[in-house]
Amino acid sequence: MYAFDFVKPSSIDDAVKALSAEGAQPIAGGQTLIPTLKARLNAPETLVSLTGIAELKGVCRDGDVLVIGAGTSHAAVARDAAAEFPGLAALALQIGDPAVRNRGTLGGSIANNDPAACYPAAVLATGATVVTDRREIAADDFFQGMFTTALEEGEIVTSVRFPIPEVSAYAKFAQPASRFALTGVFVAKFAEGVRVAVTGASEDGVFRWTEAEEALVRSFAPEALADLRVPDGGMINDLHGTPAYRAHLVGVMTRRAVKAAS
Amino acid sequence: MTRLSMKVNGRTVSAEAEGRTLLSAFLRQGLGLTGTHVGCDTGQCGACVVHVDGKPVKSCNVLAMDTADAEVTTIEGMANADGSLSVLQQAFQDHHGLQCGFCTPGMVMSAAALLEENPTPSEAEIRHYLEGNICRCTGYHNIVKAVMAASGQDVSQLGVAAE
Ligand SMILES: Cc1cc2nc3c(=O)[nH]c(=O)nc-3n(C[C@H](O)[C@H](O)[C@H](O)COP(=O)(O)OP(=O)(O)OC[C@H]3O[C@@H](n4cnc5c(N)ncnc54)[C@H](O)[C@@H]3O)c2cc1C
Ligand code: FES
Ligand code: FES
Repeated sequence: MYAFDFVKPSSIDDAVKALSAEGAQPIAGGQTLIPTLKARLNAPETLVSLTGIAELKGVCRDGDVLVIGAGTSHAAVARDAAAEFPGLAALALQIGDPAVRNRGTLGGSIANNDPAACYPAAVLATGATVVTDRREIAADDFFQGMFTTALEEGEIVTSVRFPIPEVSAYAKFAQPASRFALTGVFVAKFAEGVRVAVTGASEDGVFRWTEAEEALVRSFAPEALADLRVPDGGMINDLHGTPAYRAHLVGVMTRRAVKAAS
Repeated sequence: MTRLSMKVNGRTVSAEAEGRTLLSAFLRQGLGLTGTHVGCDTGQCGACVVHVDGKPVKSCNVLAMDTADAEVTTIEGMANADGSLSVLQQAFQDHHGLQCGFCTPGMVMSAAALLEENPTPSEAEIRHYLEGNICRCTGYHNIVKAVMAASGQDVSQLGVAAE
């Protein structure tokens, strides 16, 4: 790692102030950022830790919405969202391993927008709202392709507002070495419709599978998807799987998610 | 360099640290607590697991400065007060849960956290919880057996069918 200064503010305001300096970057759980720094892929002058900010942590219900602080660890979501939104708690419990879940955070995961990360699928499939220190961003506008989001320089995610579905489930085909999603699908059924979001598969990062959504509105059952397949074009090609393999997995994991949810 | 202090194994200690000093390096080089092992240094293998405020974390993936004033427990803090092995450590020895021993500090720290959360885990729960701890020697069976035995469960039939 290159050398950097470290500061640990205790409020969102102070963090945003510290982040306005040239070369400053937030660090939450560090589970992605620290390995990146070790590989010298990034050279911030100052890291602004978000781990000391109490107002970024916690899970609370607001009517039909579950509000989760950006600094809430995966372990805390797995525990504290279980009663209100079991599909989301189950997703959090499938991220990495216990030690990773104790450090890694919701905000860090979606700000990073790794094409194989789990949370982006839940954020997009529920049509959640990403709240930052300065505005609210709809999930459909937030994710803008691999490792790219709508966030501006120095802008931090403060919470995510998840509409709570009637039923939901996340089906993940884990890459056995990294435990990230080789393909993961989150299905969420609301009174107004069904949303399906796919992670791990596309070169553009998380995406909605709208044909599946339309079929599931007509009949919320795995059989409704029998004749559907996403095109291979644009699927990730790496040593873990070909585009055709991933396209096939999208269908399989969507059917599994529907089965688990219904 | 600044002077960084935290509570490690019940004692308040301090050493020099930079912003980029990892908790694993602070423990090993700063405090001389070399029981915490660094295997991969990329957050994958779990050899470096310690407890921060009671929860297992990979110390190679945590900045030391971020744990200022935290309570840290390392493998050096796991033995009984009289220096004898804890029940869990003794079970690793009794059931041959280690060979080269490189993964063992992390295994013991993760397993201790599991038993804290779930005092009588099933075999499947143990394997699932230890997913982030990699062992190149044992094949895991005897580690699972040791954890189960430490939780007071009968392990005489464990893995018999498989062997
Ligand atoms: C062994 C291992 C296995 C893993 N397995 C999985 C898995 O199965 N599924 C999965 O989804 N992930 C997995 N991860 C990644 C893990 O979930 C990370 O915790 C997560 O991706 C990043 O969260 P973090 O809090 O650690 O963020 P950090 O690493 O601290 O930060 C990541 C990026 O986000 C920025 N950032 C952090 N917080 C904010 C904020 N509030 N606002 C704006 N920007 C912010 C940082 O500047 C940085 O660029 C794994 C990681 C490891 C080490
Ligand atoms: S040394 Fe930390 S996880 Fe391998
Ligand atoms: S005993 Fe050698 S790595 Fe586990």
